[in-house]
Amino acid sequence: MTMVTEKDINEQIAWAKINTDVLKSMENPRPAYWVTLAVCIAMVACAVLAEYIQYTVGMGTANLNNPHMWDMYIAAFVFWIGMSHSGTLLSAILHLIHADWRKPIYRFAEAMTTFSLLTAGIFPMIHLGRVWNLYWVLPYVSDRGIWPNFRSPLVWDAFAITTYLTASMLFLFVGMIPDLAICRDNTTGWRKKLYGILALGWVGSDRQWRHFRKIYLLMACFLIPLAVSVHSIVSADFAMSIMPGWHITSFPPYFVAGALYSGCAAIITLFILLRYFFRFEDYMTLPIMEKTAKLTFAIAMVWTYLNLIEFASVWYGHDVYNKELLIAKATGAYAWIFWTMLFCGSILPFALAFRKLRRHMPTMFVVSLFLNLGMFFERWMIVAPTLSMSQEPHQWDIMYGSIIEWAIVFGSFGWFGMLFLIFVKVFPSVSMYEVKEMVFHRKLSAGEEDLARMTDHAKPVTQTTGGGGA
Amino acid sequence: MMGLFGDFEEAHDAIADIRRNEVPGLTVDDVTMTSPIEHPEVEEVLGERPVHIQKFTLFGAIFGVVFGFIFLAAAQASFLVQPQGGKPVIALPSNFVLVYEMLIFFAVWLTFFSFIFLSGLLKKRSSLYSEKVSLDQVAIIVEIDESIGESVKGLFEKHKVLEIREEAIR
Repeated sequence: MTMVTEKDINEQIAWAKINTDVLKSMENPRPAYWVTLAVCIAMVACAVLAEYIQYTVGMGTANLNNPHMWDMYIAAFVFWIGMSHSGTLLSAILHLIHADWRKPIYRFAEAMTTFSLLTAGIFPMIHLGRVWNLYWVLPYVSDRGIWPNFRSPLVWDAFAITTYLTASMLFLFVGMIPDLAICRDNTTGWRKKLYGILALGWVGSDRQWRHFRKIYLLMACFLIPLAVSVHSIVSADFAMSIMPGWHITSFPPYFVAGALYSGCAAIITLFILLRYFFRFEDYMTLPIMEKTAKLTFAIAMVWTYLNLIEFASVWYGHDVYNKELLIAKATGAYAWIFWTMLFCGSILPFALAFRKLRRHMPTMFVVSLFLNLGMFFERWMIVAPTLSMSQEPHQWDIMYGSIIEWAIVFGSFGWFGMLFLIFVKVFPSVSMYEVKEMVFHRKLSAGEEDLARMTDHAKPVTQTTGGGGA
Repeated sequence: MMGLFGDFEEAHDAIADIRRNEVPGLTVDDVTMTSPIEHPEVEEVLGERPVHIQKFTLFGAIFGVVFGFIFLAAAQASFLVQPQGGKPVIALPSNFVLVYEMLIFFAVWLTFFSFIFLSGLLKKRSSLYSEKVSLDQVAIIVEIDESIGESVKGLFEKHKVLEIREEAIR
């Protein structure tokens, strides 16, 4: 029986069609695109109203008070930082290992990284309450003699996230330069002017390609450790404290795995949306979706293992505060969130193990949303229960967040969606030159295979006596 | 002079002929190839040309470490007037984390700026640029003396050139 392997992309696709399809997507999306954009803007409006109320009335409207000084805002911050991970990190890793199936999907994944970071960055500001004093966190020489505490992981966060944001944006921009030149050469009006500036005079000379290859490789090499360091440092916000449920050695890898997981799930969601909005069926193909889903499944299993190892180490560690907290998570007021998290994060991903489901877009869309719901609950379960059940029983409290908090968190999804949708309308969301490369190299290797097969057929059949290998 | 070719193989063979000195007075050093995708294979005929970006990356990384540490230590030293509670004024463990971030920060920026500088970006495009290159054609651009123009054209035509454009440089 011959096993027929479905191709990631049709290698007979004409290069002119690649240009046309992608450029057309920036002009003429389906009406659903506009509806989604309008919904996102409405969500942002809700958040702006909620923030206005919080700004004028005070942080009490957000229910932030002792012991819940950190709450939904910090859970959302960790969630969005996590979301940012898969885009650039996976793009860089897959680039280094020459997995060319990344080429049609990496651009929007990298954009997702940038906009997730921009969304995450809003939460510490909102969480501060007195946003007009935000500049106090900057390390500048002042008459007050106030410097940030460099021993605090919160300051490490600021350094790490700033570095990651700038590096991710540069990685996204550099990867886009040849495509911006294509846009420059094929558009008119304001778009031509914009792309003309951003393309930086790219002409595709051998000198430019040679340097491009090198910078892309170097940046990919830097981004991998950087992405790991960013989420490890975010985990240090918790792990460096002595609070039960936070002071855990496995927190950095747990955070990194969780970040990759939610990022992969978001890639699936956006993959399906873009495929539909821009009619990208020829580029965002089912085999590529299958590969992304398999990767997500693998990461889900890593995340599950890290959860289990955390539970086991707490259980056998016999630290009374940690153990009581673990039992309270599973049986207390937050139990429904805890079990939903485990169901969405550890059980539901088994749907990705079935080929039929992996290829069914509506199912994958719903599954990816639930995976991210599980990951949001994971962040909530990190932040809230510890503050609800710290070492001092007189401080014990239950916290679900006020409507103001929920509105701002809800609006952050709209903010992310709005930025992302505007980006994919203005810039090519599929990398044209890399899809051409993919088609070119696959066609070349297919030709070589055909040639080898023909040569084999042309050889005279000789009888071998004994021994022959497989 | 610029010759536009329908595929990379023809352009590659044309450059290979130039390398074999089929046109006296024209060498591969005078040749630039522009293409819609990256063709590392062209180095077989163009010869290996140097890339120095990584030196700037290294410089950026070293600068990041040195500047990062000095910046942090200077900031921490300003705490001298405040009680430290027995802790060191300049805390090395936390500085390692921050210096690591600064290393990457400056390395990435220097890499980016060196890329723009070394790859000849931000220059005005020559009139010998064809928009067809951003679609699916490959161009060979050569700087030649007028006397060998016909020979170069002949070479291009031998390799099924689609279009030839010329520009005079003084």
